[in-house]
Amino acid sequence: MINKEEYKGVFIFIEQVEGEVAKVSYELLGKGQELAQELNTQVTAVLLGHKVGNLADKLAKYGADEIVSVDDPALDIYMTEPYAKALAAIVDRFKPDIMLFGATAIGRDLAPRVSARVHTGLTADCTKLEINEEKSIMMTRPAFGGNIMATIACPDHRPQMATVRPGVMEQIPKRSGIVPKVHNVTVENLSASKNVEIIEVIKKISANVDIMDANVLISGGRGLGCPENFALLEELAEVLGGTVSSSRAAVDAGWQPKDRQVGQTGKTVRPNLYIACGISGAIQHLAGMEESEIIVAINKDPSAPIFEVADYGVVGDVCKIVPGLINEISRLREQQKIV
Amino acid sequence: MNVIVCIKQVPDTTEVRLDPVTNTLIRDGVPSIINPDDKAGLEAALAIKDQTGAKVTVISMGPPQAENALREALAMGADEAVLVTDRAFGGADTWATSSTLAAAIAKFDYDLIITGRQAIDGDTAQVGPQIAEHLGIPNISYAEEIKVEEGYIQVKRQYEERYHLIRAELPCLITALAELAEPRYMSPGGIFDACRKAEITVLSRTDLDVDDSNIGLKGSPTRVKRSFTKQAKGKGSVIEKDTLESVNWLIDRLQEKYII
Amino acid sequence: MDFELSREHTMARQLFRDFAENEVKPLAEEVDEEERFPKETVVKLARYGFLGIPFAKEHGGQGCDTLTYAMCVEELSRVCATTGVIVSAHTSLGAEPIRKYGTNEQKEKYLVPLAKGEKLGAFGLTEPNAGTDASGQQTKAVLDGDNYILNGTKIFITNGGEADIYIIFAMTDKSSGTKGISAFIVEKGFQGFSIGKKEKKMGIRGSATTELVFEDCIVPAANRLSVEGKGFGIAMGTLDGGRIGIAAQALGIAQGALDETVNYVKERKQFGRSISHFQNTQFQLADLKSRIEAARLLVYRAALAKDSKARFSEEAAMAKLFASETAMAVTTKCVQLYGGYGYTRDYPIERMMRDAKITEIYEGTSEVQRMVIAGAMLK
Repeated sequence: MINKEEYKGVFIFIEQVEGEVAKVSYELLGKGQELAQELNTQVTAVLLGHKVGNLADKLAKYGADEIVSVDDPALDIYMTEPYAKALAAIVDRFKPDIMLFGATAIGRDLAPRVSARVHTGLTADCTKLEINEEKSIMMTRPAFGGNIMATIACPDHRPQMATVRPGVMEQIPKRSGIVPKVHNVTVENLSASKNVEIIEVIKKISANVDIMDANVLISGGRGLGCPENFALLEELAEVLGGTVSSSRAAVDAGWQPKDRQVGQTGKTVRPNLYIACGISGAIQHLAGMEESEIIVAINKDPSAPIFEVADYGVVGDVCKIVPGLINEISRLREQQKIV
Repeated sequence: MNVIVCIKQVPDTTEVRLDPVTNTLIRDGVPSIINPDDKAGLEAALAIKDQTGAKVTVISMGPPQAENALREALAMGADEAVLVTDRAFGGADTWATSSTLAAAIAKFDYDLIITGRQAIDGDTAQVGPQIAEHLGIPNISYAEEIKVEEGYIQVKRQYEERYHLIRAELPCLITALAELAEPRYMSPGGIFDACRKAEITVLSRTDLDVDDSNIGLKGSPTRVKRSFTKQAKGKGSVIEKDTLESVNWLIDRLQEKYII
Repeated sequence: MDFELSREHTMARQLFRDFAENEVKPLAEEVDEEERFPKETVVKLARYGFLGIPFAKEHGGQGCDTLTYAMCVEELSRVCATTGVIVSAHTSLGAEPIRKYGTNEQKEKYLVPLAKGEKLGAFGLTEPNAGTDASGQQTKAVLDGDNYILNGTKIFITNGGEADIYIIFAMTDKSSGTKGISAFIVEKGFQGFSIGKKEKKMGIRGSATTELVFEDCIVPAANRLSVEGKGFGIAMGTLDGGRIGIAAQALGIAQGALDETVNYVKERKQFGRSISHFQNTQFQLADLKSRIEAARLLVYRAALAKDSKARFSEEAAMAKLFASETAMAVTTKCVQLYGGYGYTRDYPIERMMRDAKITEIYEGTSEVQRMVIAGAMLK
């Protein structure tokens, strides 16, 4: 049995690619501050990489009280083993109480390997983190395909580790005047520990998304008034990271191609978010989208059947509401940018 | 060449519905399936078998009815099936599950181990990398494409905005994305053979070289404190206000749902 | 008597259901609308062994049984009756006669590629003047050295033009009546064999239904099935098995119609509630389901009888008669439950009703089935 008293501090794994810190790491620094305050302890950013010392400043501004840095050529590009080895060494030396990772393609590979190496518990893809009366962390996360939420604890092992879903936690407003305590750590034999070879790094080029694969769909119907108004939907799709789709009426009118048609005689879609703009909601259309996770409807006509299936319905002029949404969302995104 | 594929039998969580009256999950009548990521991994293994004559062994840890998933894998073309089952293994978190599976896998010869990235019930994506840690072999997660050569594997490893093309010596473990391969259907003849002729090896607690402190509920570092269903989707809310108020209202709702 | 399906039959059924939903259903509307033979589906059917289900592994088949084959036709027909009949005609009418009556050489040369799905099969018995009265065969086959020369026309042949191998019936000895008919294996490409008119049909519109024309067609004597004069017996015996396939097709059509309708009545609202709430709807659905279940038992029993008994004509006839009349009654009722929308081609239900009709006619009309059943009773 380990002595839990020996383990202190909230450690945040800082994910960086080519010297750019992932947004989720700032979110976790923010959450880390909240947790650390309840535990009367500090937030430590764990920064692994090569020649990334210049990031310390930004990390401090957004929540890092201390920084543990391992700077090694073996850590230049992410690879499971050298990173796991370095982190395990840090856990061993610094004994953090809590260690958080973003639930990203890196985090969900690295955290399980490290947690197994140091024999502790790991909770995946958390959307809520709280400290209980025993000063332990309660980690809540979706399971069963998102149908249930489970609250998990790690009672007897340390550090309490979790990967956290990006986009859920909030970064703190920029703070100035913090001088972080920096620990430059050397871990031996990191290069020798490499057990795979990266032959090539390929950047992704985004291609045309099939509406059936899209997570967010902005859908337009005859209520848009004219084909040019679909440009508004394209803009909204851009800021929301989505794709434009269409009702049958708009396709029949020649405003949109058939492969974008949602409905009984088109495609059936199940996106996370479906925004129906100027679509009345005929039974044939509903058949194609009513399984969407969240349905938003904007229509001039308060009796339009689309409102029967919408989670959030706005009776109003699409051509006024959509530009308003575009402006507001763009403004918020700008605000959340790291400077 | 020996390929081991780990598969999990899961309820088809896309078919699970919430009872609006009791606010509990309706699990009755939800079909049990092979976890989709695992099935893609199995297909990749069968494709390797088609090309190289490799032997494909499927392993599953679960209650006795997981046998059905193994029979399906045999009907698709797997050569051998192993069921790891025992009450002692129940209630395991990912540490205990991966310890148990690693102990089972250690009994076989393997060049390549394939697991799915994550199960659609647990949703953790942890077991694959942890099995590799217990076995002391490299793991390459999020495999979108693989190519097997003599003694090596080349993997297109997916990240959010890029890929790494990785080359690793065998033995190693990869976790398969659903995009890795489109699973083949079973054949009717394969089904008949899987049901009428095939023998499934059953491994229980006493067959595995693993410590009690690493298996089952007692061997799990994490514990579920409580689980609850999300709020049932009732009839939504509709507002009729001026443009600015409507926009703000919508933004608030979308932020609540973490869309923005 | 165990009414539960075995594990292998349950798994096979799920396989066919998944395949039908994923591969066949998305094309069904287009196949019907464009009267298009779904070549790409046939390639997939072949790949997974669905064209050789009841044949032994040593003949290139899957080594399953007639029940498994019937469930395949049922599940395919549930989403697309055209696809169901392609499999049924190929398996029961094109390949089975070779299995039952062929020599080892003929099996090696023809049955194996058919069972593997490398080639598609068909059956040519019907002629302009020989439908229900199949005995009036006018196609002639005259022996000339090592070959037979065939002259005549066949009509309404399923898989016509698409199939590579055809079981053709012709008169070798007119004076002997039905005992003068013989059966031949004819390959597409044989000199003198051409495909004639393609029928425009009410239903199963993607199924290729054509005329076959024989003008001094040369067929090697080695391609004769069994001995001269056995043809009529082969035809009748083959149709007994084919009836099980058609009965399964009808069963699938009925089930598919009911499944679609149950979903529809839950969604469609009139008078302030889903029409599924009205007792009229509920009672009708109950009746439809009971009839379909009764049909299912008859079809499955006929399938089991074929594999276990020497004679199964009666079981097959009752299954075909009952299932086809059930399909017609169920689909008609379902269109009614859909109301106006059911009459439009936006919904699949009107296609199912058009598809159902042929099951009461081909491979022996309902009247012929009644003759068979009564004939057995009153012997």
